Amino acid sequence: MPIDVLMPALSPTMESGTLAKWLKKEGDRIKAGDVIAEIETDKATMEVEAVDEGVLAKILIGDGTENVAVNTRIAIIAGEGEDAAAASSGAPAQAAAPAPAAVPVPAASVPAAPRSAAPSYDASGEIPAGTEMVKTTVREALRDAMAEEMRRDDSVFVMGEEVAEYQGAYKVTQGLLQEFGARRVIDTPITEHGFAGVGVGAALAGLRPVVEFMTFNFAMQAIDHIINSAAKTLYMSGGQLGCPIVFRGPNGAAARVAAQHSQDYAAWYSQIPGLKVIQPWSASDAKGLLKAAIRDPNPIVFLENEILYGQSFEVPKLDDFVLPIGKAKVVRTGRHVTLVSFGIGMTYAMKAADALAGEGIEAEVIDLRTIRPMDVATVVRSIQKTNRCVAIEEGWPQSGVTAEIGMRIMEEAFDYLDAPVARVTGKDVPMPYAANLEKLALPNVGEVVAAAKAVLYR
Amino acid sequence: MAPKAAQSASTAKVAGAAPAAKAMAAKAAANGSASSHGPKPFTREQDLLAYREMLMIRRFEEKAGQLYGMGLIGGFCHLYIGQEAVVVGMQMATQPGDQVITGYRDHGHMLACGMDAKGVMAELTGRRGGYSKGKGGSMHMFSIEKQFFGGHGIVGAQVSLGTGLAFANRYRDNGAVSLVYFGDGAANQGQVYESFNMAELWSLPAVYIIENNRYAMGTAVTRASAQTDFSKRGVSFNIPGEQVDGMDVQAVHEAGSRAIAFARAGKGPYILEMQTYRYRGHSMSDPAKYRTKDEVERMKNEHDPIEQVRGRLLGTHRVPEDEIKKIDAEVRVIVNESAEFATVDPEPDASELWTDIVR
Repeated sequence: MPIDVLMPALSPTMESGTLAKWLKKEGDRIKAGDVIAEIETDKATMEVEAVDEGVLAKILIGDGTENVAVNTRIAIIAGEGEDAAAASSGAPAQAAAPAPAAVPVPAASVPAAPRSAAPSYDASGEIPAGTEMVKTTVREALRDAMAEEMRRDDSVFVMGEEVAEYQGAYKVTQGLLQEFGARRVIDTPITEHGFAGVGVGAALAGLRPVVEFMTFNFAMQAIDHIINSAAKTLYMSGGQLGCPIVFRGPNGAAARVAAQHSQDYAAWYSQIPGLKVIQPWSASDAKGLLKAAIRDPNPIVFLENEILYGQSFEVPKLDDFVLPIGKAKVVRTGRHVTLVSFGIGMTYAMKAADALAGEGIEAEVIDLRTIRPMDVATVVRSIQKTNRCVAIEEGWPQSGVTAEIGMRIMEEAFDYLDAPVARVTGKDVPMPYAANLEKLALPNVGEVVAAAKAVLYR
Repeated sequence: MAPKAAQSASTAKVAGAAPAAKAMAAKAAANGSASSHGPKPFTREQDLLAYREMLMIRRFEEKAGQLYGMGLIGGFCHLYIGQEAVVVGMQMATQPGDQVITGYRDHGHMLACGMDAKGVMAELTGRRGGYSKGKGGSMHMFSIEKQFFGGHGIVGAQVSLGTGLAFANRYRDNGAVSLVYFGDGAANQGQVYESFNMAELWSLPAVYIIENNRYAMGTAVTRASAQTDFSKRGVSFNIPGEQVDGMDVQAVHEAGSRAIAFARAGKGPYILEMQTYRYRGHSMSDPAKYRTKDEVERMKNEHDPIEQVRGRLLGTHRVPEDEIKKIDAEVRVIVNESAEFATVDPEPDASELWTDIVR
């Protein structure tokens, strides 16, 4: 059957072009791959190669013709044994199927994002009544979480700089090498981009890596693998290939380590569909959520904090304490104003709540615990009661997590607000080294108290 | 030449001191396909298989180019035409369970891994029957069943990821080898060397296949690389390497078999520089003005990987031309059916917008 040769599009934006020159003439034998013509596109002169074999029976568009629309028939190729003359005189030959015109999709038909139907969350049942509580540092809780999951599942391993023999740059992996050996507790070279990629590759192969960054500041070297390789592969593979990996390590400002070592990445990672982002405050949440993160089939960014490592909290003595990802916790109840924070930001929120209580203001304090997915329902429920909200983070204000909290409250609880949502954040500056300037750059309890009073018009 | 290369490779492995001898041996390998030092000849069956596999890629890519021209394939489309011997020769040297990972010029690798032409073509046209339900496109396809791990659009990313696949093999001690493909352009990315270091440090079963097609998009190797002998790129990590005539599927298979055996034996990674050539532009919209037509024609006429095998089939193996034509026809049918499917298969349902983001 004769085959039409169509004017090709050779760039994503080309709609028409000039048929500059035929390199074959009617009657020439053609085989696949032969260059048969040159066309000028919107970018450059390009060669047209034949895809089929046969004889160039008829040229329909001559040399030098301008504005030839893409998919116009420009020639006919007669197949082997076919009569070229007959082919050329006939009606349109068997056209390779024309490109279907793109159907414009009206905006209204964009399917709505599935809204979480999850109700507000009550964390009070997470720890069964009567459970023995043990004072534990965040550091120990994180170590225990990893050790328990490694005992449970051989596919879990820990890799990173100084995690094994040195026992962890911040001693979070203390004792793991002794218990699990060098096969599962792996010191890497200083090579964040590379070992993040190796970790993601191992996760794509079905292992469950816990990749420790000595700090998340260094993970900027590896962010391509966290986002492009880990977070997007499930979607790009049509759901075929998951990436069960945890990237963890200290994040945010420590003390006196200046701009390059003092950044909170919660807002950065929380923008990425495909990632879950956890930033715990208490040791109990650190343990329960890290265990959940290691079991989760998705890539997880688990943001710790060096200053919190040494702080002690009550941790339940349970064989297998796992918390749900994506659920906030009402840490303190109150009826006048809602304070929402996460990670070390909770320190300011809790102290501010104490200070406010001294002035007769009962603040409800919510620890988001997970930044993505964000448990807005629990925040909304609180605002329905208090009608006022202050959001607190150590990160920068622009496009920050508190900016997101404020917008989500606008979307979902505007009618309940008696005052605009306020926020207290790190100042919009690189972290300074000088002690006095560093103190000024971070949020403080006074700012939270002042913001709470402002939304209460006091 | 084969034993010599193996020997010099192992010397380099121990002392890192034999690059000169190795390079000479490698050059002999690269230039010697027509000489008496050429690789071990393929059997009739091997040549028939190689012919069919390479032709499948060639015809598939030509068809993809045509569908792109018709506006059915969008965005970027990087064709593998000219480089077919590399992936086919390597794949003939693998065992079930070995993994493959590559960059954005990936259609050939998928077909060579045994992935269905229909699913690949339908992904190129963004249809629901594509390997990624139409959500990945040309550069992002995967098949766990065929142990094909993509398909990666960030140049060089697959090198670390592929090293991670090898890490998993070592962790599980499953005897599998990870074949990690990248180009002469990606070979200049930093993470390649981070990965080399870890792969050798931990003796990971990875074979790094550098497909040197002489141009990183439009930049000739000599304009981008201080060391243009890519087989030496592992020297400072004590990783042995060879240059291979990547237009000769026999040479690829022989070197590939050696490298894979080395990695499988627990001796660590191995580098193969495949000297190959891409006939088409970097992508469909590349007019390839950075090289002469003569250069392209010379490669097509004198080194075409498929013609080399076709010549052997007709000559040495005395395969009747009719039998070859029958293969040609069968391949064309498969490719045409894939194009037909990729044209009529519906686009993904709108609800797919919101699926597969997290599990």
